[in-house]
Amino acid sequence: MDLLDKFDATVALRESLPFEKADPFKVVMDKIISETEAIIAGRHTILAGTNNYMGMTFNESSLAAAKQAIDDFGTGTTGSRVLNGTYGSHKALEQTIADFYGMDHCMVFSTGYQANLGMISALGGKDDFIIIDADSHASIYDGCKMSDATIVRFKHNDVENMERRLKRLPEDAGKLIVIEGIYSMLGDAAPVKELLEVAKKYGCMTLVDEAHSMGFSGENGRGVAEELGVEHLVDFYVGTFSKSVGTVGGFAVSNHPKFDVLRFVSRPYIFTASLPPSVVASATASIEAIKRSGNRRAHLWENARQLHTGLKTAGFKMCTEKAESPIIAVHLPDPMMGTKFWEQLLLEGVYVNMAAPPATPAGMFLMRVSVCAQHTSEQIDEIIKRFKTTAEKVGLELTA
Amino acid sequence: MAKAETLETIYALITPLNKKGVKLAPEVTFAGDLELDSLTVMDLVADIEDEFDIILPLNLLPDLETIEHVADAVEKIVSEGN
Repeated sequence: MDLLDKFDATVALRESLPFEKADPFKVVMDKIISETEAIIAGRHTILAGTNNYMGMTFNESSLAAAKQAIDDFGTGTTGSRVLNGTYGSHKALEQTIADFYGMDHCMVFSTGYQANLGMISALGGKDDFIIIDADSHASIYDGCKMSDATIVRFKHNDVENMERRLKRLPEDAGKLIVIEGIYSMLGDAAPVKELLEVAKKYGCMTLVDEAHSMGFSGENGRGVAEELGVEHLVDFYVGTFSKSVGTVGGFAVSNHPKFDVLRFVSRPYIFTASLPPSVVASATASIEAIKRSGNRRAHLWENARQLHTGLKTAGFKMCTEKAESPIIAVHLPDPMMGTKFWEQLLLEGVYVNMAAPPATPAGMFLMRVSVCAQHTSEQIDEIIKRFKTTAEKVGLELTA
Repeated sequence: MAKAETLETIYALITPLNKKGVKLAPEVTFAGDLELDSLTVMDLVADIEDEFDIILPLNLLPDLETIEHVADAVEKIVSEGN
């Protein structure tokens, strides 16, 4: 019995897509010119699908801090946070994030994926319930799978559907609600206020993942819960360094007095090496920079609105009514058109993400664009122009 | 063995999704016979939960391959709730 036979359907699906000149899952960036441009297969390309929302990947103080950290502390820690892998800089980074969120405690994980895995799997015990949104990120689903809890799923962003399920759960059981501020595929915001208020009414603890909203949502860039004024209803925040912070890693913050015990029970925190000193240094510098980035934040939102308006006016089918985040997703009718469109757009010199099932809800095919605070408005106009050219070349009907 | 009444209620919820017109019976499978994709299954699960006023935990779903499996699970959960 060949263990790989079970993937034959996946292979067949991939082979049925008509890629000729490029493959969205095998793109190689030959050279990174800046936060917003790269050379791909010899072509000068505008990057519009990198989640680099705040454009921190070339932030000067972050670059300098990372270089200094390599010289001072070497290339890696070669150990777990609970053994030899905690340096002074890891503690300082945790303090920086705790201060950023105005909370008492912070734990830094090696990736954002592991932050969700580590928090959810540790919090959900045998007799507990974890209640999640159906469109949750894979890291949330995997955290649930790894926990011993009973998993309850509600319809995406549907407060009433969630409440109906909460009513059916035992009153005195341990319950954790997990939601995201912004959902990564369509870029739609959650009704965080209503969801958290109902969650609290039923005695749930709450975890809000602000991976795709940290940096630009809310007055201080803490995310959607801050923007909606409901941070007091959040028991745990989870976030990442791989988007607005411009490097890699994840974190969780909380005011819970017993929070630190999670360092001894969260397996994805314990059984992996800690972040290298250079990453820790650049993350710390970037978060400090984000605090002072009011202008960048404003420009990011302008870019998002400009792109959304431009594509909508051109007649593309948008996934949200207006720009709810820097993620602007365009709906394409079928896999064939999706494939052709993505490929032609790349040849025109714009990189976006082709998002396909199972990453997308309801079997959708999307061109997922994420804008950066460092995109100029001229670049945004250029992206819109090349979307239109591409539509014309591949025969996508626009409904302007 | 699930009661006829439970099966009938579940058949009624499946009927609008039964695009292939498969004859519904206890041994009919969701993926193989009805060819429901995972998203349709998700909506169906939500409908069954609301119809019987229960929770069908996500953890249970991989084991529920046939209509009878679901009917048995529903009856078990309903009786535990009372």
